[in-house]
Amino acid sequence: MPVLQFREAIRQALAEELTRDQNVVVLGEEVAQFNGAYKVTEGLLEKFGPKRIVDTPISEAGFIGMGIGASMLGVRPVIELMFWSFYSVAFDQILNNAANVRYMSGGLINCPIVIRGPANGGTNVGATHSHTPENVLANHPGIKVVVPSTPYDAKGLLKSAIRDNDPVMFLENTILYGDRGEVPADDYVIPLGSADVKRAGTDLTIVTYGRPVIQSLAAANLLQQEHGISAEIVDLRSIRPLDIETVLASVRKTHRVLIVEEQKPFCGVGAQLAFMIQDEAFDELDGPIARLSTIDAPAIYSPPVETEQLPNIQRILRAAINALD
Amino acid sequence: MSKKTTATAETKGESDVGPSAHRTAPANAALSAEQKIGLLRTMIRIRRFEERSLRAYQAKNSQGGTNIGGFLHLYIGQEAVAVGCCSLMGPDDHVITAYRDHGHAIAVGMDMNPLMAELFGKTTGCSKGKGGSMHFFDPARHYWGGHGIVGGQIPLGTGLAYAIKYQGKQGAAMAFMGDGAVNQGAVHESYNLAALWDLPVIFVIENNGYSMGTSQARSSAGELARRAEGYGMAWGACDGHDLYEVRATMDRFLKIAREQSKPAVVEIRTYRYRGHSVSDPDNTYRRKDEIEEYRRTKDPIQVFQAALIAEGVLDAAAAEKIDEAARAEAETAAAFADASPYPTVEDIQKDVYWEADHPAERKSGGRLFFN
Repeated sequence: MPVLQFREAIRQALAEELTRDQNVVVLGEEVAQFNGAYKVTEGLLEKFGPKRIVDTPISEAGFIGMGIGASMLGVRPVIELMFWSFYSVAFDQILNNAANVRYMSGGLINCPIVIRGPANGGTNVGATHSHTPENVLANHPGIKVVVPSTPYDAKGLLKSAIRDNDPVMFLENTILYGDRGEVPADDYVIPLGSADVKRAGTDLTIVTYGRPVIQSLAAANLLQQEHGISAEIVDLRSIRPLDIETVLASVRKTHRVLIVEEQKPFCGVGAQLAFMIQDEAFDELDGPIARLSTIDAPAIYSPPVETEQLPNIQRILRAAINALD
Repeated sequence: MSKKTTATAETKGESDVGPSAHRTAPANAALSAEQKIGLLRTMIRIRRFEERSLRAYQAKNSQGGTNIGGFLHLYIGQEAVAVGCCSLMGPDDHVITAYRDHGHAIAVGMDMNPLMAELFGKTTGCSKGKGGSMHFFDPARHYWGGHGIVGGQIPLGTGLAYAIKYQGKQGAAMAFMGDGAVNQGAVHESYNLAALWDLPVIFVIENNGYSMGTSQARSSAGELARRAEGYGMAWGACDGHDLYEVRATMDRFLKIAREQSKPAVVEIRTYRYRGHSVSDPDNTYRRKDEIEEYRRTKDPIQVFQAALIAEGVLDAAAAEKIDEAARAEAETAAAFADASPYPTVEDIQKDVYWEADHPAERKSGGRLFFN
């Protein structure tokens, strides 16, 4: 099977969907001539031309709102945010217009748009460029939210997102863009709302998504080797829709839960997960649900300290051991 | 260069031209007597609909409760704008507007019954009671709302034009906003995109003089439509009490948009007789005699009706019949709305996701709702 970088897997998904459906159009800052700020869209302009691959001015409210309007008439825009942090200047367009237009029209209007780009800390770019808004987005009914952790998942989930008739927010991670993994060259899709058990285990369920999946897998190996602890890793892949059944099945097996998120803790995805797990599997729990989040402050710049602010392998290791105390 | 010429021509002719000067413009010369009467009828229907909705707002329903909740932004006084513009729509033209949206809805051909029922929050409403006064939609008639956030609909209207161009249609989008919207960033971002990419969109500023209770002089620097020059866009301005003038002006820009895929900004000066919304006491920022003066001299329905009578297209008795029919239609709509059922609690979670409403075609797994 071909081995691709994460960014190449996304590019392949874009190219396949651009080929499959003439309504698909890719728009964003630097996506065409510049080949993408993170080279995700490299070569697409050459292959598909300027009508399908469109450089926009730095004008997120304008071009995201424009994409939403175009989607109401059947165009299927895939819009790149150079950083998801820039969603705040298009907040009204995404969370008033895209999220609500189907509802407010009594179901007469669809908004088949995908907004994708990186949403992560850990690159020492400070608080303005390090937002992880999956909880904010998922708080808005009408919106779907996807956070892939591997090249294989990224391709299959993005293809599903582009074919989806609802607005899908697709949150990537700049640190994962160079990660390599096996990615079939064929036309496969991964349904949104399907979690994936990335590692089977018996002692502890680690529920996570995005880059912390990769870190949790490394921590799970250390837990096994150094502490004899068998951790099961459940990768949510999609925040909304949410495959809580896969999470609950794992909880029924291990009876212990650690949630790991690259999110601030207050009203984060982990808070929702903890509520649902205790609500639906209280009797299965042998201890309190543990949670490891980003340390609750704006993203610090200082490079070595930012590493400690975010989930990392050592923090996950300690949290897992504490969760089993 | 041609843009500059257009701008100059439009601004010169603004103040000293009466209805008759525009009656023979191409858009109006082609109108049959029947079509002219139809335009008058639509304006009257808008006004009678809104007057009836205001009475419903102020009255209790048969159970002693509220007929209409929330806001009710009335369009009374501005009818010639929506009717003039929407009457020019071709098969591939589209319309979007802000929250003062009842007039445009009727102007594109929506029936009064689903509109009144929407105000009453009933399941027979055009949005099944989920949108309310500010959120009327009818995509089949190319009417894309009905949007609540000032200026927020303008990028969407730009997107309608983007889709028209992308799909190779010879159409145009009309994106309406009030004078209060012109200072929103989303509007300026839209101007730039439309000019940059030659999108077939007309940004229509319905300038009624007041953004809520703040006059134009206290909110906006310079001439509103002239801001288009900064983006190299054509612009125009006209009076909105004269239906013929609205049609003559918009027809020119719409043709350019459809045939050359060029955007424009058009300011249409109009006036609202009622407060910003019904809760606006309307006694802090303008004088009653200002309203009365406009109503006496420039009422768009009176002006057009007088013109048609002068042309011999209509007589006073026929005008009275149109008015009676519009009142009766509004009354019927109120009765229809009153008799219609409310949505159920189960309906609250319908029309949120396309996938949830089409379970047989659903591809995703997991939960979409969390209670």
